[in-house]
Amino acid sequence: MTGVNRTAADLIAAQQAGESAESIVTAFLDSIDSRESKVRAFLSVDRESALEQARDVDTRRKSGKPLGLLAGVPVAIKDVLCTRGQVTTCGSKILEDFRPPYDAHVISALRGADAVIVGKTNMDEFAMGSSTENSAYQVTRNPWDLDRIPGGSSGGSAAAVAACQAPLSIGTDTGGSIRQPASLCGIVGLKPTYGRVSRYGLVAFASSLDQIGPFSHDVTDSALMLEAIAGHDPRDSTSVDRPVPKYSNSINEPVGPLTIGLPREYFGEGLDPEVESAAREAVRVYEKLGAKVVEVSLPHSRYAIAVYYLVATAEASSNLARFDGVHYGHRAKDFDGLIDLYEASRGEGFGPEVRRRIMLGTFALSSGYKDAYYLKALKVRRLIKGDFDAALRTCDVIMGPTAPTAAFRVGEKADDPLAMYLSDIYTISCNLAGFPGISIPCGWTRGGLPIGLQIQAGPFEEEKLLRVARMHEQATDWHLRRPTL
Amino acid sequence: MTTAYKTVIGLEVHVQLLTRTKLFCGCSTKFGLPPNSATCPVCLGLPGSLPVMNRRAFDLGIRAALALNCSINKFTKWDRKNYYYPDLPKNYQISQYDLPFSYEGWLEINVAADPKKDYVPKRVGIIRAHLEEDAGKNMHDESGRGGDSKVDLNRTGTPLVEIVSKPEMSSPAEAVAYLTELRLLLRELGVSDCEMQEGSLRCDANVNVHIPQADGTVAATPLVEVKNLNSFRAVERAIAYEAQRQYEEFQKTGQRFGDVAKATAGWDDARGQTRIQRRKEEASDYRYFPEPDLVPVTVDDAYLEEARAALGELPIAQRARLKSDFGLSVYDADVLVRQGRASVTYFEAVAAGSGDAKAAVNWIANKLLQTDGAMEKIPAERLVGLLREQKSRGLTKQIAEQVFDSMLADGEDAATVIGKLGITAVDELTLVDIIRKAIEANPKAVEDYKKGKVAAAQRIKGAVMKETKGAVKPDTVDAMLATELAKL
Repeated sequence: MTGVNRTAADLIAAQQAGESAESIVTAFLDSIDSRESKVRAFLSVDRESALEQARDVDTRRKSGKPLGLLAGVPVAIKDVLCTRGQVTTCGSKILEDFRPPYDAHVISALRGADAVIVGKTNMDEFAMGSSTENSAYQVTRNPWDLDRIPGGSSGGSAAAVAACQAPLSIGTDTGGSIRQPASLCGIVGLKPTYGRVSRYGLVAFASSLDQIGPFSHDVTDSALMLEAIAGHDPRDSTSVDRPVPKYSNSINEPVGPLTIGLPREYFGEGLDPEVESAAREAVRVYEKLGAKVVEVSLPHSRYAIAVYYLVATAEASSNLARFDGVHYGHRAKDFDGLIDLYEASRGEGFGPEVRRRIMLGTFALSSGYKDAYYLKALKVRRLIKGDFDAALRTCDVIMGPTAPTAAFRVGEKADDPLAMYLSDIYTISCNLAGFPGISIPCGWTRGGLPIGLQIQAGPFEEEKLLRVARMHEQATDWHLRRPTL
Repeated sequence: MTTAYKTVIGLEVHVQLLTRTKLFCGCSTKFGLPPNSATCPVCLGLPGSLPVMNRRAFDLGIRAALALNCSINKFTKWDRKNYYYPDLPKNYQISQYDLPFSYEGWLEINVAADPKKDYVPKRVGIIRAHLEEDAGKNMHDESGRGGDSKVDLNRTGTPLVEIVSKPEMSSPAEAVAYLTELRLLLRELGVSDCEMQEGSLRCDANVNVHIPQADGTVAATPLVEVKNLNSFRAVERAIAYEAQRQYEEFQKTGQRFGDVAKATAGWDDARGQTRIQRRKEEASDYRYFPEPDLVPVTVDDAYLEEARAALGELPIAQRARLKSDFGLSVYDADVLVRQGRASVTYFEAVAAGSGDAKAAVNWIANKLLQTDGAMEKIPAERLVGLLREQKSRGLTKQIAEQVFDSMLADGEDAATVIGKLGITAVDELTLVDIIRKAIEANPKAVEDYKKGKVAAAQRIKGAVMKETKGAVKPDTVDAMLATELAKL
């Protein structure tokens, strides 16, 4: 691999061999410049600040000072994470000019690891969507086919890595928003266990489901990035105080003996045959490596989408209440009294999908409906988690396709929210259970679109998950593919 | 006094906890800081910020609940109460809904007709006590020129404990007794400073009346929640007014409890009236749900035992002990207890040291507590010294108080002050001499006395007391004077 096609690990090695961080970062900034008109992954790029960070790394390297894990490696950030003094839009008009006075935990952690933040990436407004078409600003294109969507909601971050505009990026995953775009863009995307990465500074969509994780070309890079951002943060009460393993140290050790569970529910109706055969082929790779395959069942997963759209929207209706035009963010120019100020500011500031979900969530929590919808959904959520616990007693990891289809065309599902929601059918349960999941490339369609394999494990089993994913990677070369742009 | 109806009152009290920092962030809770200076991303509700529970606030809440004899939920969680208001920057309040940290307790109050004389205990039930964050303050342009409203978010996120009583108080005086006892308890325990003026104690009263009917049944009027009560006096007046208003309205409309929804009324202190603001059926649906940004709190037996042990002696037990151990009257015991633990301890030291509990409480109530800081300037052992001097020297009340005032002013002990003032001990021979001289100097009085005007002896006694500067016991003088006069 050369130039911007390289992985973070390649770039770290290159710097140790004498290449400057400044030249590396310049190459990626140039890649953003030249490819952005096609891909449109970024909402903002701060060239000067990125180069300054790179030069600082070079200076410190020259003077023999210790450097962080990701020194000089360009990283793109989903625009839902607060960056101090830099506009953080969440893909929404309502935060068009919002500059947070603080850095999210993940941003501090990346700065602490000497990563170079190159820009903020496009996303579905407030992370609500599966195609990044719900951005208030622009439509990001899939680098493998510019007529198609990159997936969502972290579509900008996924496309940026796939298009080699950055070797690493940060996404967030509430119902599949890292894994699904990783799958559709032919890269690796990891959703850690709920509580593994601090959510401090992540503008919440659904607090009990949101997790932050990496996008990368290969599994080793995701391990590096997770190592840099994971860990306890006293500012997030839901962040878990457990030691963070050195994921990158053990990454090349195969897991054995390995039992793989294939949920029968993940291989049924609605699954594209090309996607199915790629996923089954990936499982055969493991079998060749000595893994045992068993069928498992996640019987309540058929309720997952329904449960998700009650729990996530309920939380969102409350989380997004603060965007009211009073203290910050968009305020309507004309309003008559307080209620009108709220209605006009929110009506103008939020896009249609966000409004739809706020209404759904408000309804699900309303007196007279809460028992039947929200509280019932919480009960089923526990059953879904129970399914995973039971399945993982008979296998080490659960595997299946990440998404039922490869990338669809821009506009194809834009007017059909239900069809759009179904593209997260295999990823949503994992968030409801709070378990970690990863998507790795496992093939391409005849039409040249990437296909992803999802691997899920028990809580805080990221180390095992990464090692299992790496086994497939070492036996195949899907992760070496780069699109022609 | 008999009335045509019985008043039924339940109180909802919000108390600010005495923490240095807010409930979910590190900002100061100090009163009176410049607007919006005690704020941070968390209490401003900025996107991405997350709450972290202040353990100290939780501990204080537990302390209050235990003192109110509440049961403690060993598993308690936080909930969001959703409503839009500019003083609530997240547009939801973090509170507790279906699993409050405590429930089912009681507070004992004195409901005697004359609480200065008698103690008639009554337990007012507590439904629950829960923790929540306070909102900020909206400030509107009251000039009528239509200026923008302003919001001060300093108070946003200040920890509150909400204590909800059962509707078990039956007069405005009982409501005030409840508040007075609650305030004493919470101040004693360091839970809150309970300053109504600063808003660290706020009270809403749920009021209705029960009216006996000719057929033997009782008619209950619709419930009204009276808000904007800024003093105990306002609580008392508002409840009395509202009860009478409901009684009169019932005479006109016949509307009973259940016929219309609960209403909210504001108390206009200047006009002395309640005014109905809205019926609850128009009120918002708060859409409570578990706060996903916080983890539930669990407490164990060891923690509760420790918290219970740290409570110390509560006012109700202090009153009982002062009565049983020292024989104090209801009134005297209450005077001490209301002043707080320090004065009870002080009293105990003085009573033990002097062996005279009655004298001790009189001195403390009538002199010591009338002057700020007197307890620090005159430590208990010095007051014991004064009581001893008074007894042994037979100092009059006036002289002893003069000594007390000097002790207070100069910070010296009783013996020193007595020496300075020239109050010397008078032995019996000297006293006889003084008495004889006084008899000689008052021939008119002696003559009157001989004629049978016994009271004339008082004039001679006065001269003796003046000469001895009061350093003798008046009854000793009486006896010796009688002896000397008899000799004439």
